[in-house]
Amino acid sequence: MKTAKRIIRGNKVSGRSFLERHSVFFLQLPFLALFFTFILLPVVVAFFLSFTDFNSIQTPRFIGLDNYVNLFTKDTVFMRYALPNTLSFALVVGVMGYILSFLMAWSLAQVTKGWRTVLAVILYSPSLTGSAMMGAVWRVVFSEDKVGYLNAFLLKQGLIQSPVNWLTNPQTLMMVMVLVSLWSSMGIGFLAMLAGILNVNRELYEAAYIDGVINRWQEILYITVPAAAPQMLFGAVMAVVGTFQSGSIGVVLSGGQNPTPGYAGQLLVTHIEDYGFLRYEMGYAAAVSVVLLLMIYGISRLTNRLFAGEDTAS
Amino acid sequence: MSKRNKNKIRIIGMNPQRFDKGQLKFLGYLIPLALVMMLPIVFIFFNAFKPTEELFLYPPRFITLRPTLQNFRNLVATSANKAIPASRYLFNSLLSTLLVMALTLLITSSAAYVMSKKRYRLKNMLFELNKISLMFVPVAVAIPRYFIITRLGLIDSFLSSVIPLLAMPVGLYLVKQFIDQIPESMVEAARIDGAGDYAILRRIIMPNITPALATVAVLSFQSAWNSTEASVYYMHNEAIKNFAYYLTSLSAGGNASDVTSALTGGSAASGALAGMGISAAGTLIMFVPNLVMFIFLQSRVMNTMAHSGMKS
Repeated sequence: MKTAKRIIRGNKVSGRSFLERHSVFFLQLPFLALFFTFILLPVVVAFFLSFTDFNSIQTPRFIGLDNYVNLFTKDTVFMRYALPNTLSFALVVGVMGYILSFLMAWSLAQVTKGWRTVLAVILYSPSLTGSAMMGAVWRVVFSEDKVGYLNAFLLKQGLIQSPVNWLTNPQTLMMVMVLVSLWSSMGIGFLAMLAGILNVNRELYEAAYIDGVINRWQEILYITVPAAAPQMLFGAVMAVVGTFQSGSIGVVLSGGQNPTPGYAGQLLVTHIEDYGFLRYEMGYAAAVSVVLLLMIYGISRLTNRLFAGEDTAS
Repeated sequence: MSKRNKNKIRIIGMNPQRFDKGQLKFLGYLIPLALVMMLPIVFIFFNAFKPTEELFLYPPRFITLRPTLQNFRNLVATSANKAIPASRYLFNSLLSTLLVMALTLLITSSAAYVMSKKRYRLKNMLFELNKISLMFVPVAVAIPRYFIITRLGLIDSFLSSVIPLLAMPVGLYLVKQFIDQIPESMVEAARIDGAGDYAILRRIIMPNITPALATVAVLSFQSAWNSTEASVYYMHNEAIKNFAYYLTSLSAGGNASDVTSALTGGSAASGALAGMGISAAGTLIMFVPNLVMFIFLQSRVMNTMAHSGMKS
């Protein structure tokens, strides 16, 4: 009886032993296969395509650095609009969005749980509107004629004489883009920072008060930020990514127009789309992709450095 | 003693258990700000239920006085004289989103378990690679992705709205960090009892990481439900495109206004306004499931985010 049992068990073990022995491989296989195919490989392909002339039909022709040279010397839209727009957009939305997220998270940590939950859901909910909804949501507010809520409000207050073309006027489009992106910037990074701040050990605060921390700014600087630094770094990476991810917002707001009116809302992402999917200059578009990825990577390294500095300082 | 304690709590305002007057100044700016941020969504909500005359009104009034389902009926009618009804887009969205959610949960948790609890070469390198890939924004590499999907023969396949979304670096990152919290001894005890890795994953890991799984569910839901990439770039066949795409086609082109002005026999202008009502109705249909899902799972999401920390 006992031996029979052992044999049965032994059989079972050897029956699944192949899968079991290579479990490390099999458990990771689906994720890694998809990860390499759809996340890593596109970056590698973009890198190689960026050295070619490719119209998506004929085989890519190697042209060395021509795409990059053209990009930085001949492409006036890139140099005059896409690049500076992206830099200022990233700076304003990224930095302001991040600071806003932190301040909101910090403020929410000061109120009781009921209020906190309700308010956090409200602040987070705009980030649920993907680009598909964004256009419809904001067009109601920024509609060009006097029926648009903002125009109607400003007309009534006598602040403007005639309706403003918020979304087709190059002067206002960028402003609206920044506003809308800030509105939807409190996403997952914001939640991470909120959780991080809530989890700071209370004793740290008590100890700090004994050590002579006297006001809230000192409290934020010497306790909250260092203690929640890991979540804040995660939040920063998410802010950088989110900022560049929302790069097509200009096209969405101007009703699917690419290029955007007067190139005012042209960002690197829209520039890629313009060359890739509208003009079929895939090699060139890939070069812009590489520049964009390098930019994101550089900025992320920089934030990393900032937080590393924070660590050693504290 | 109680007085001293109370004093202390007032000074250390963090994560208060009870309400006190000191919190009013925070609520004083948080509540107005939240209300302003809610405004666009409230507008959409009211617009979705507005009859045409109220959409016409000048000056515009954002509260709907006589709520109607007309916009939702128009949404259905707009698509009725095309080959593909709106319900078909909605069904496609539901199906692809559920598939993405279920499969993402499965592959993410199994990979995260291995990366957290097993020892093998390349482990740290793979996780590092995953962390760097958080920065590979999908929109930046849309073109190479398109070629890869072409090569895989996924063009005009429904699966092109599922498969590319399954590997989710941020999901793996969060779940792995969460599994790191599970004590090694628990896994070891199960192993001594004769459990293999699959059994450990199913019986020990999964039940203990429900907050992280809920978070991945929320995130993968959002990425699939809101995604227009597959419908715009990988599909020509209208019958397999999703609702998010349908909504952009409504609000971007004069599409909706043309059809509705034909339907209502009105001018192009009235058509444009009816189109606004329709796209508000569509937006509401898109937004509500997102919100409901987050509200239900938010406490678990918060629990997960506490472990999201990154070392610099």
